[in-house]
Amino acid sequence: MSDDGERGTPGKGLVQGLAVTFKTMTKRSTTQQYPDVEPELPPRSRGVIALTEENCTVCMLCARECPDWCIYIDSHKEEVVVPGAARARQRNVLDRFDIDFSLCMYCGICIEVCPFDALHWTPEFEYAETDVLNLLHDKDRLGEWMRTVPPPPAHDVLGEPSKEEATAARKAAGPGAATAAKTAPPVRRPAPPETER
Amino acid sequence: MPLWLDLIVRVVAVVAAFLVLPLVVGQAEHKVMAHMQGRLGPMYAGAFHGWAQLVADGVKFVQKEDVAPGQADRRVFRLAPIVALFPYLLVLLVIPLGPNGLVAQALDVGLFFVLAVLGVGVLAVLMSAWASANKYSLLGGLRGAAQLLGYELPLVLAAASVAMAAGTLSLPGIIEAWRPWWLLWQAPAAIVFFVAGLAEIRRPPFDMPIADSELVFGYMTEYTGLRFAFFLLAEYVGIVVIAALTTVLFLGGWHGPFAEQLGWLWTLVKIFAVSFVIIWFRVAYPRLREDQLQRLCWLVLVPVALGQLVLTAAVKVIM
Repeated sequence: MSDDGERGTPGKGLVQGLAVTFKTMTKRSTTQQYPDVEPELPPRSRGVIALTEENCTVCMLCARECPDWCIYIDSHKEEVVVPGAARARQRNVLDRFDIDFSLCMYCGICIEVCPFDALHWTPEFEYAETDVLNLLHDKDRLGEWMRTVPPPPAHDVLGEPSKEEATAARKAAGPGAATAAKTAPPVRRPAPPETER
Repeated sequence: MPLWLDLIVRVVAVVAAFLVLPLVVGQAEHKVMAHMQGRLGPMYAGAFHGWAQLVADGVKFVQKEDVAPGQADRRVFRLAPIVALFPYLLVLLVIPLGPNGLVAQALDVGLFFVLAVLGVGVLAVLMSAWASANKYSLLGGLRGAAQLLGYELPLVLAAASVAMAAGTLSLPGIIEAWRPWWLLWQAPAAIVFFVAGLAEIRRPPFDMPIADSELVFGYMTEYTGLRFAFFLLAEYVGIVVIAALTTVLFLGGWHGPFAEQLGWLWTLVKIFAVSFVIIWFRVAYPRLREDQLQRLCWLVLVPVALGQLVLTAAVKVIM
């Protein structure tokens, strides 16, 4: 009561305090009753990492880039006999692909670095466990998460077409038109359909 | 109706009010406070918007162990919650609900009785504080004693003003003498009484003796289980009692349209409206510091109450 420098009418602050609380009471609460109501997650939410096993070539980039080394990969080589080829080819077969979510810090570097789109973010987050060891998801479990991966967001309408699209357009125009297609203005994409999540 | 039946009906009604009204107010506090803070409050107990939350709390309190500290003065320690709770039960006896004698026990000195019994509250605070053998409790108790003794004065002076205006100490008598223009005439006394009442029941912003963030609940620190629940119950009965007294003394009790039939409803509506304001104050205002608390009492409330007494006397003499 002694530090009133430029205070207005006495009691104004008291009334304002009452007004603020009363106004808040008349507004709807923004609380989401989580277990009863599914939360509305923003796009690109980071819940858990999903794996498409077929896309993985065991290049080990993800495991090497992982800041806390929580990806474990084992593989072996198989010989594939291609008829007509001079000798049998070798390919990598994935034996083990584990992500330890008790170590993972959800930085997403493995997903960024994967050259073959084998890893994806999914917004699923309800995989808490009572035993910390169960947070080690093997490749089957990581594969199951693929069902929950949302479709990728639509391209920017005003953005440049991707390299693949440009190449396809050039090929379609024929071998002679290659330079013409290169100098031609970029293909305007039709507006993408409104995709949900 | 024979005397004994009459007596039983009255006592049962008062005990029912004593047990039900605080729960309603407590639940209202949960919900009102939550919504004022942009939350939902209890939502699960009892399946519909958490209506059974306080019942569940009560069950939980009953199950807890009744712990008394080793250094504590056991008998006093155990007695204190009862002493805190009992005066309010006695006060509820004399509060009139409606016209034509709808009161458990009409006393000619009702107002005097109420103020005297309310004063016992300070005893419970000191008993629990001293008997707990705990520094926090003792600090809280001393603060509580200073606060309760200080605010007793404006409370009594404000009540004296309305008694002077009505010319009677009987609570039903005061309501009968009440006229709507008294709302203006007795407004300063009403405000002083309400604020002092808030301090008497140690509600925020006057919860310096409890001050959970600095004194870990003050004189209630050492209490657990049912005894702690008694203190909590006493706080909510206190809200009901202060709201009821404000209603009876200053807001005209059962006066309102169809007072003959709906008088009891008017009283209850006014009690809950005042209780809402008490809850609202708790949400809106921060706790007063100890010196601010005493300053407000001695430099604002007491002079205003004395001025109101002079005003009341002057108007009485002129009329």
